[in-house]
Amino acid sequence: MKTTDPIQRMSRRDAIQWMLAATGAVSFAHNRGFAQKGVPAAKGYGLDPNLLEGTVPWSRTMSEAQLLLTTRLADIILPHVDNRSPSASAVRVPDFIDEWISAPYPDQTRDRKTILSGLTWMDAESQRRFSKLFVDLSPAEAEAICDDICHQAKASPAHLSGARFFTTFRGLVLGGYYTTSVGMKDVGYVGNVPLATFDGPPPEVLKRLGIEKQPW
Amino acid sequence: MPHINASQAQANYDVIVVGSGAAGGQSVYTLAMEGVRVLMLEAGRNYDPITETPMFNTPEQAPLRETPTPDKPRGYFDATVDGGWEVPGEPYTNATEEKFQWWRSRMLGGRTNHWGRISLRNGPYDFKPYSRDGLGFDWPIIYDDVAPYYDKVESLIGVYGANDGIENCPHSSEGVLLRPPKARAAELLFHRTAKELGFPVIPQHRAVLSERMNSRDIPPRLHPNNPKAARILAAEMDRRLACFWATPCDRGCSIKANYQSPTVHLPPALATGNLDIITDAMVRSVETDSTGRATGVRFFEKTTGRDYTVKARVIVLAASSMESVRILLNSRSPRHSQGLGNSSGLLGKYIMDSVGTNLAGQVPALENLPPHNEDGAGHGHAYAPWSRYKEQAEGKLDFPRGYYIGTRVSRNMPNVRTFNFLEGTTQGAYGRRLKEEARRYYGSFVAYSGRGEMIPNENCFVDLDPTVKDRWGDPVLRFHWKWSDYEYKQAAHMQQTFVDLITGMGGTCLGRPIDPTGKKAISVGGQIVHEVGGARMGSDPLKSVTNKYSQCWDSPNVFITDGATFCSNSHKNPTLTIMALAWRACDHLMDELKRQNL
Repeated sequence: MKTTDPIQRMSRRDAIQWMLAATGAVSFAHNRGFAQKGVPAAKGYGLDPNLLEGTVPWSRTMSEAQLLLTTRLADIILPHVDNRSPSASAVRVPDFIDEWISAPYPDQTRDRKTILSGLTWMDAESQRRFSKLFVDLSPAEAEAICDDICHQAKASPAHLSGARFFTTFRGLVLGGYYTTSVGMKDVGYVGNVPLATFDGPPPEVLKRLGIEKQPW
Repeated sequence: MPHINASQAQANYDVIVVGSGAAGGQSVYTLAMEGVRVLMLEAGRNYDPITETPMFNTPEQAPLRETPTPDKPRGYFDATVDGGWEVPGEPYTNATEEKFQWWRSRMLGGRTNHWGRISLRNGPYDFKPYSRDGLGFDWPIIYDDVAPYYDKVESLIGVYGANDGIENCPHSSEGVLLRPPKARAAELLFHRTAKELGFPVIPQHRAVLSERMNSRDIPPRLHPNNPKAARILAAEMDRRLACFWATPCDRGCSIKANYQSPTVHLPPALATGNLDIITDAMVRSVETDSTGRATGVRFFEKTTGRDYTVKARVIVLAASSMESVRILLNSRSPRHSQGLGNSSGLLGKYIMDSVGTNLAGQVPALENLPPHNEDGAGHGHAYAPWSRYKEQAEGKLDFPRGYYIGTRVSRNMPNVRTFNFLEGTTQGAYGRRLKEEARRYYGSFVAYSGRGEMIPNENCFVDLDPTVKDRWGDPVLRFHWKWSDYEYKQAAHMQQTFVDLITGMGGTCLGRPIDPTGKKAISVGGQIVHEVGGARMGSDPLKSVTNKYSQCWDSPNVFITDGATFCSNSHKNPTLTIMALAWRACDHLMDELKRQNL
């Protein structure tokens, strides 16, 4: 391979950046007492993976403590409230978040930093306010923190970094939850099944929209 | 023995076709069905949509729930192999501040495997744009030259849509189009709101079988004096099933319900016995003799790591607009010192993409709708064609040419980003309320995107990078790109129209602030993947690269059947026109072979 190939150069540079970013997040987490299982591998699934199998080639990297905190927070964001649908952790959303932040791609590497430092922030905030780890907070105590960081546009300057984390974290919880068959059912996605005909919206939908006649 | 290795190639073919996508597929189909012995060269690997398409797979069955990554920029299930915005070992460079992005794939069938299948005809105006407004260039052909070929291609590949009587949106002949699928809930609001705003919304035209093909009537019509070809085509048409209204088209289709070259063009061509295909064959150059005439092509076979030269009477370049230009620029010889076909100096010049921009909104009328399946044919079933010719003629618009508005499916299968807007729309909900809000908002998001016509300009061109080479040692393309005010103003107009649509249906616009200049909202060059031009056709050898049959002036046994010959890039997606012109070019090629002119 010629060194004039900019894509090759970029790949190496990206790989180094990813490694640095990952290492940075790891040492940061270490300082706060998280035992680390590992760092993301440098390689993804490549440009021609088996689409039918869909194997994740990288290992999960969250420590047990990080996973516990992730589980607690994910279930606060999407709890089990009635029999209509289960909690986030019941459909393995924490494992999805671990898969996500362990992936060797730029977006995920960026989110890894946000998530891992955010988990650290959550524990620091819990300690500051309640002298406990987040996983040991009562529901009301946990809610008090979440209320301060659940909306970036309204977060105070002191809570802004927590709020940025919460945005990313909630996005991953939503993404992980509603891409499962359970989550799809919960919001009323009923497709991905073969049909003999496509007839457009049913009469009750047309009525709700005030459409009297379909244009074609 | 259709799929062969380079070492098994015959000593001499009638025609070599470089590329296996829309242009290459159509070219080999037209030629092989009429008895011409053809060799097709594809730079990527063999690919079989029947066995490789992840039909019905859900996000849970993919890494990162199918989310786009640099390895799979359109998502894990997207039918792009060994490609995307970057292809390892095959770089391209940018010389200008404004970047150009080049989407490629390396697989049999090329980008036809994943494309949107939007199949719109150019109209009479679109072939004579310079005559209408003094900008850009006219084509050396008129709509009537291409109309029969549009009918043929639509009949062959299967296109749903309707004849709606819209200015400059030509009708297909009776019985050619398949039934268009019904509009979805959000598309009905789109239709109603657009009507209030004064423009039409009509059925989209897409290369998807909304019903089984008429295998009794179409084959003899396409091959009137060729019973063998008609018989082969009829059998292949019967192997295609109608769409069952599930699983996205951009994954490809294992039941052959949509058009992709490996399921539609190649099977009948192979069944004739007249077609050999070599995959993993990266073409370096067209070889020429001392008179300047093409003798064959030189290619690198990736599987064996060896160079081969294969000879043919005629060479058809269908490698994609930019790749065909690159092959020609790399085909230098004493007779063609600046590249083959470049005596006019126009090779690589006046490349174009579509103007693109989009806007999302949230529409209360679509909240909490009763669950219903609106997968349909995957993409939008409805679109707003350009209809402001009168306003434009009256000088009421500050930009030339037009655009159409497409839309997306609101109740599509949730992906990782579907609920991204919830923090804003719910003021930071979490817990029980977040679940309720997700149910409420699901299906209530709309998005509109514009596809507009740019004016070709001298700042948009490709040449060979003076230093950078690909992994086989051949010079790579260097892109030069600059949108002009025409495109910015058009993008701004699109944005305003989207705002009018979204607010007109009682919704709220989402995402970035509206950009009144169009400069931030406009797509990056190449991003819409409608790149065409670089070897435009014309009636004067001094002002064009090919004649009106896509035949190189400088080397008449070289044809270019992809989008490189486009003189303008109307706002209609180019693929259908590429196929129609490829068919036409190959008809001419065969006439010239019969006349012993090639």
